[in-house]
Amino acid sequence: MKNRKALSLRIPEPVSRPGDKPDFSKIAVPEAGTVRKPPIDTRANEAMDLANGLIRVLNRKGEAVGAWDPKLDPETLRRGLKTMILTRAYDDRMFRAQRQGKTSFYMKCTGEEAIAIAQAFALERDDMCFPSYRQQGLLIARGYPLVQMMNQVYSNAADPLKGRQLPIMYSSKAHGFFTISGNLGTQFPQAVGWAMASAYKGDDRIAATWIGDGTTAEGDFHQALNFASVYRAPVILNVVNNQWAISSYQGFAGGEEATFAARGLGYGIPGLRVDGNDFLAVFAVTQWAAERARSNLGPTLIELYTYRVEGHSTSDDPSRYRPSEEAKAWPLGDPVIRLKDHLIHLGEWSEERHEAAEKEAMDEVRAANTEASAIGTLGSGKAPSAREMFEGVYKDMPWHLRRQRQQSGV
Amino acid sequence: MVSMNMVQALNSAMDVMLGRNEDVLIFGEDVGYFGGVFRATDQLQRKYGVTRCFDTPIGEGGIVAVAIGMAAYGLRPVVEIQFADYIYPAFDQLVSEAARIRYRSAGDFTVPMTVRTPYGGGIFGGQTHSQSPEALFTHVTGLKTVVPSTPYDAKGLLISAIEDEDPVIFLEPKRIYNGPFDGYHDRPVQPWSKHPASQVPEGYYTVPLGKANVVREGGDVTVLAYGTMVHVAQAAARDAGIDAEVIDLRTLIPLDIETIVQSVEKTGRCVVVHEATLTSGFGAELTALVQEHCFYHLEAPVERVAGWDTPYPHAFEWQYFPGPKRIGEAMRRVMEG
Repeated sequence: MKNRKALSLRIPEPVSRPGDKPDFSKIAVPEAGTVRKPPIDTRANEAMDLANGLIRVLNRKGEAVGAWDPKLDPETLRRGLKTMILTRAYDDRMFRAQRQGKTSFYMKCTGEEAIAIAQAFALERDDMCFPSYRQQGLLIARGYPLVQMMNQVYSNAADPLKGRQLPIMYSSKAHGFFTISGNLGTQFPQAVGWAMASAYKGDDRIAATWIGDGTTAEGDFHQALNFASVYRAPVILNVVNNQWAISSYQGFAGGEEATFAARGLGYGIPGLRVDGNDFLAVFAVTQWAAERARSNLGPTLIELYTYRVEGHSTSDDPSRYRPSEEAKAWPLGDPVIRLKDHLIHLGEWSEERHEAAEKEAMDEVRAANTEASAIGTLGSGKAPSAREMFEGVYKDMPWHLRRQRQQSGV
Repeated sequence: MVSMNMVQALNSAMDVMLGRNEDVLIFGEDVGYFGGVFRATDQLQRKYGVTRCFDTPIGEGGIVAVAIGMAAYGLRPVVEIQFADYIYPAFDQLVSEAARIRYRSAGDFTVPMTVRTPYGGGIFGGQTHSQSPEALFTHVTGLKTVVPSTPYDAKGLLISAIEDEDPVIFLEPKRIYNGPFDGYHDRPVQPWSKHPASQVPEGYYTVPLGKANVVREGGDVTVLAYGTMVHVAQAAARDAGIDAEVIDLRTLIPLDIETIVQSVEKTGRCVVVHEATLTSGFGAELTALVQEHCFYHLEAPVERVAGWDTPYPHAFEWQYFPGPKRIGEAMRRVMEG
């Protein structure tokens, strides 16, 4: 004891803070196409390299290379690109709407569009998604009307959730999109239960769920992995590692000690770590995991390595805790630009077409916003009936709620 | 009709529902092969197969979350939490999820799930096998909370809970699994077979949620109770020689206010009894409701008899337990008031 130094407590600290030069030199970015693609019946302990590597398809020249290239046709790639452009335009418009006082709250997914959208493309239309709050791209990719999303964000008279839910906490069973919770991580084990139900019924639908790097610290994350492993549930467990949980960098979720993909290995679940800003790589790993789930081979954990370009939400100011130029320095680039460059490289896209697509997306968003705003925005125009406040707590309203509704005068 | 104890009646309810509806699944810790530590799921796996009734990891949060996901798919999961004292790891899933999903999705998703869990003391279980946490659930809007007091009710209420479209917390008074314990711990317990409510139909029937049962008619004082305390209150009335009307609430949410009001308006006096700790217990809600609805009929302040505000103490179980003596004293005070 005498010869040892006294114990010291370690508190993780990110490399750069406001005023510092962004520094991502610690992040190893392997060349695209260098990670092997194993068969779908691979066991976790045979896939350690995949949990610690980084699956990438698009190289710096905009080429698709290696075994993970999903070889999508140009039309699908263009649809993917246009959906990302539309999602970004939607986010920008809704963020502004919050600043204009038309709603209380908004959350953008800027820089993370490839994740939800490539994954929606890789899943079947009726697979059930249990998202966190930054996968609006799933709904947009599945054709949920923008105006409905806006009605929800504005809590207006046409809000499908009748003014009961915080903006962006969408729900649409018809689009395979489970009701979003503000209590983080709860959806992860629920998705496992849905997948178990599908397996029990001999269905062919699978479940997919998303969680942030920060929320992997919650018990629900670990319960989900345990139950998914034990019952070999047909589920895809996605960790979106966007580096930041509000102001806490991923070191506070243990991301510096091991990758999030490697969390699967102890549960016997293969973990794949993928460049989350690479549309093709995200599509390919999701397709691999979906095929595996649909073949009764069980769950896959996917870590989608990305960067949260904007604040956590409209209530956040990231310049208070990280260098404001950090997003620009992110070594994996921007998912929209990378897919655009790829399509241009293929001769299937051009700067002019890209500009036209951006304008088209803005027009679509503007038209939807005009329609939604005409119905109402938070606190102005047509709102849902306040009677809705008392409906739907239970299937049938019990006497005490009926009495309270009478007392409230609505 | 067959004579059953409460465990057998619960088992029969699940047996009936597994047979009637293939969307009913039963799972929890030790419930599958072994049949549950209290034997409530005995033989069900053997009869219906491992995918209908199975064991789980020791993870109550996971058990409830998985059930929510299954219910969202369209199944009717019935899960067992081995002791109510173990339910807290699942609290977020119950409060923030199961109770809210219908509301927050505007009916897009629903959670027809039943969470069975044995509660209550008097079994020398110490503080981690004796708690009565019903008020934690009655405070959560969106949940229903049910507490049976007889084999007949246990089966009929459990079938109603499984068929209900909303999540139900089904609290089983484990002290009366084998017989209607009357609170006299130093006397032999009568088996259920000597009680009329042990006569249970073998097949399907329901006892509706939200309907109380007047188990003892009387004119002097109304006693509101549920679970084990229904039997203790009846013994207290008998031994105190008071003409008490004992109401078994059976369902705490939704509550049968009409039966309560009708009785208190008749007697003008009310004693509320529960085994759970006093402060912020469900008795506080009952007392407030009686005051709101029956103020001009009341001849005396409403009395509460409850567990003391301590953890359930292993060696002092019978000093802690609100037995017939304390209930009798409260009834006398109310009669004098």
